[in-house]
Amino acid sequence: MKAFADLVEMLDSTNKTSQKVAALADYFAQAEDRDRLWTIAILSGRRPPRPINTTLLREYAAELADIPLWLFEESYHIVGDLAESIALIVPTNRDDSGKELWEVLGEIVLLKAKTEGEKKAYVVDMWSRLDYYSRFVFTKFLTGSFRIGISQKLMTRALSQVSGIGEDELAYRLTGGWDPLGTTYRELVFGQNEQAQVSKPYPFYLAYALEGGLEELGPVSDWAIEHKWDGIRGQLIHRKEEVFLWSRGEELVTGSYPELSEAGSHLPDGTVLDGEILPFKNGQIGLFNDLQTRIGRKTVGKAILAKVPVVFRAYDLLEFGGEDIRNRSYLERRQLLESLLAELGHPSLQLSTRFEFGSWEEVAEERELSREKRSEGLMLKRTAAPYRLGRKKGDWWKWKTSPLTIDAVLTYAMRGHGRRTNLFTDYTFALWHTNEQGEKELVTVAKAYSGLTDSEFAKVDQIVKRTTRERFGPVRSVEPTLVFELAFEGVAFSKRHKSGVAVRFPRILRWRQDKKIEEANSLEDLKSLIPG
Amino acid sequence: MLRNDLLIFDSKGIFCPPAQVYLDPWKPVKRAIITHGHSDHARFGHQYYLTHHSNIPILRHRLGNIRVQGVDWGQTFLINGVSFSLQPAGHIVGSSQVRVEYGGEVWVFTGDYKNEPDGVAEPYRPIKCDTMITECTFGIPAFKWKPQHQVFDEINSWWQGNREEGRTSVLFGYTLGKAQRILKYLDPSIGTIYTHGAVENMTEVLRPQLELPTTVLVTKDIPKKELAGNLVIAPPSAHGSSWMRKFVPYETATCSGWMAFRGARARRATDRGFVLSDHCDWSGLLDSIRSSGAERVICTHGYTDIFSRYLREIGYEASVENTGYEGEKDESESQLQTNGG
Repeated sequence: MKAFADLVEMLDSTNKTSQKVAALADYFAQAEDRDRLWTIAILSGRRPPRPINTTLLREYAAELADIPLWLFEESYHIVGDLAESIALIVPTNRDDSGKELWEVLGEIVLLKAKTEGEKKAYVVDMWSRLDYYSRFVFTKFLTGSFRIGISQKLMTRALSQVSGIGEDELAYRLTGGWDPLGTTYRELVFGQNEQAQVSKPYPFYLAYALEGGLEELGPVSDWAIEHKWDGIRGQLIHRKEEVFLWSRGEELVTGSYPELSEAGSHLPDGTVLDGEILPFKNGQIGLFNDLQTRIGRKTVGKAILAKVPVVFRAYDLLEFGGEDIRNRSYLERRQLLESLLAELGHPSLQLSTRFEFGSWEEVAEERELSREKRSEGLMLKRTAAPYRLGRKKGDWWKWKTSPLTIDAVLTYAMRGHGRRTNLFTDYTFALWHTNEQGEKELVTVAKAYSGLTDSEFAKVDQIVKRTTRERFGPVRSVEPTLVFELAFEGVAFSKRHKSGVAVRFPRILRWRQDKKIEEANSLEDLKSLIPG
Repeated sequence: MLRNDLLIFDSKGIFCPPAQVYLDPWKPVKRAIITHGHSDHARFGHQYYLTHHSNIPILRHRLGNIRVQGVDWGQTFLINGVSFSLQPAGHIVGSSQVRVEYGGEVWVFTGDYKNEPDGVAEPYRPIKCDTMITECTFGIPAFKWKPQHQVFDEINSWWQGNREEGRTSVLFGYTLGKAQRILKYLDPSIGTIYTHGAVENMTEVLRPQLELPTTVLVTKDIPKKELAGNLVIAPPSAHGSSWMRKFVPYETATCSGWMAFRGARARRATDRGFVLSDHCDWSGLLDSIRSSGAERVICTHGYTDIFSRYLREIGYEASVENTGYEGEKDESESQLQTNGG
């Protein structure tokens, strides 16, 4: 594991992408196959299931460091990352465990089933044998997502240099539901694993937000227009009499949507649809908020199925008759898709309507209908283009509706994470509301942590520190003095929120230094934006 | 609780009522005893300054023509019957703790300090006292410094590596203190050491007191080619400025205690972060308090709430006072620093 820890240290020691990729390629070149496989798994988010709960890890760490638990917790709030806190606080030991990466990860996989006493003995023993970076890495494996400034794309690039397999091909091979325990490096990167191929989705083609004017896209006749649906992007696969539904996060979610699994079985064998999972009831698209009750559910009861039924609204066809047709033009794929769905006539498999307009003005007019049609805006797709891989500029553009906005008051601030540790960058915002006693009060409506520049964050951080009223661990309540313009994609009534409303994708648009808190909007203003 | 404390905290600074004198005041006062030359401790506008000899050139450089009197380490001086002396604090050149004795009671104000001898500042000397006023910039157990020789080995091999690739190494550190400490341990056999104007000026002020390698000021006339592979010491505020263009291709690094955190390193956006601080780490603070024998501890700046709570749990009478001191600033916030120092 030392080599992997050294790699992480190296990645930490540079800000330059080229150097990161070079370090990773070096590492791949030196590592043995079993370590390579696990490294790909870790860097593509396939870590072993969490074997031990983090509360216990915190207790062990405090005990080893001989400090009270509250002091460990406070330090953790400041450091912002549990594995890093443990690596910093637990007394240093310079020896190495002598174990390879694959050995350690194998042990972590088995750890889950062990007794609490065995778990503690193992973790404490490992911590005391590892130096700073190894301990950080080891604890990261135990606690959660492993973000070390290397995207899956960069990892694929490095691996491509070492394996000699093209990046696009490699990206495809690394998608889907493989498990480092169920395959080998050779099989994954070079081989044809029959079983794994059956369930495998294609890498999603992702659109960029439209940058320039519409005219820069050339003649409107080169483009097909669809609405941009506000659900969960998914791939519905029917192969060898099995149905698989993948979400954009490469998560297999077939079990969460039994109605789509059923619908998929009606597709001809060897079909892959790209589309959107949407809540749909009484002939109308529901709100994204409704989908929340479906996401992440392993089993779905009748009540939920009746309350929030979903459909799959397809917009592309990637595989047909067992053949990968991504290289055919959008128009060709669409024509196949349209006749396929028309023939099937299944109520849960809808078609995302394709428009062809005579002028860009008509496109802009269609966009104005987005809210009415319950979409987030438009998708512009080049009719002659193949289905590309990942995020590539040029053939698919998203042209969202302008967001809804509101001016809100900052009331709480929390320390950020990662890059923003130690700065107060996560904010809670409130709007005015006149309560039953007739008094004006501020009611929390949203949390947001993006949209300011680093220097604005630094300034707000200073103000937060100066105007703190109370501290609750990493959170501070502050005297309301600052007004921010928030943008969001939608608003809906919600029983889960004290304010009675939930906003979607809230983010900071700008700091309204020109506004006093009295000039912020009211909760009623926000409610008036809820579609009837 | 009302009692006659020897040192009290008022709106202007730390005040000694019987002596009518302030320690490191943050507002203009008549008489000020100054622990060291950093701008949050040595401010403009006092009528009379008193400090250790070695701080006088620094204060004159930063504050101009002030009325200042110098004393030696351990030299006792009486003000209105209160006995004062300065003892080294090990933070930077000239940095001192202030010992105050009156009516059989001893108080110590540490100013900023570190207990690891760095070979530049006079080493920290523990002082027995009843009440200790301490900073706690790094007062949580997540901070633990490596011995400085290890850090300087890392810095020198980073420079060497950059040189081999034809890149210029740009190292950021405070103009006063950190810059000279770095300079002292750079290996001049690797290449030439260049300085930013602010660093060069302060280093020039300190050369009579310190033995430091030769430096060359970066000027417009120096050809770009001459800089390649060499090293530049610059204040944190130079990061990202157009002044840096001259050094392309370069690698950057920050030297600060905050670099212990991955998040702070990423936010600072330099290529490397070397964990090098002129303040005590967690165990340095605890060791210093222990060896002072103090029963009462007042925490001034840093993680005061957390540190004082821990001190109370292990049996000290500990409290927090707000001051105008900043400790070692997280330099990613350096765009806010207008009073560089």
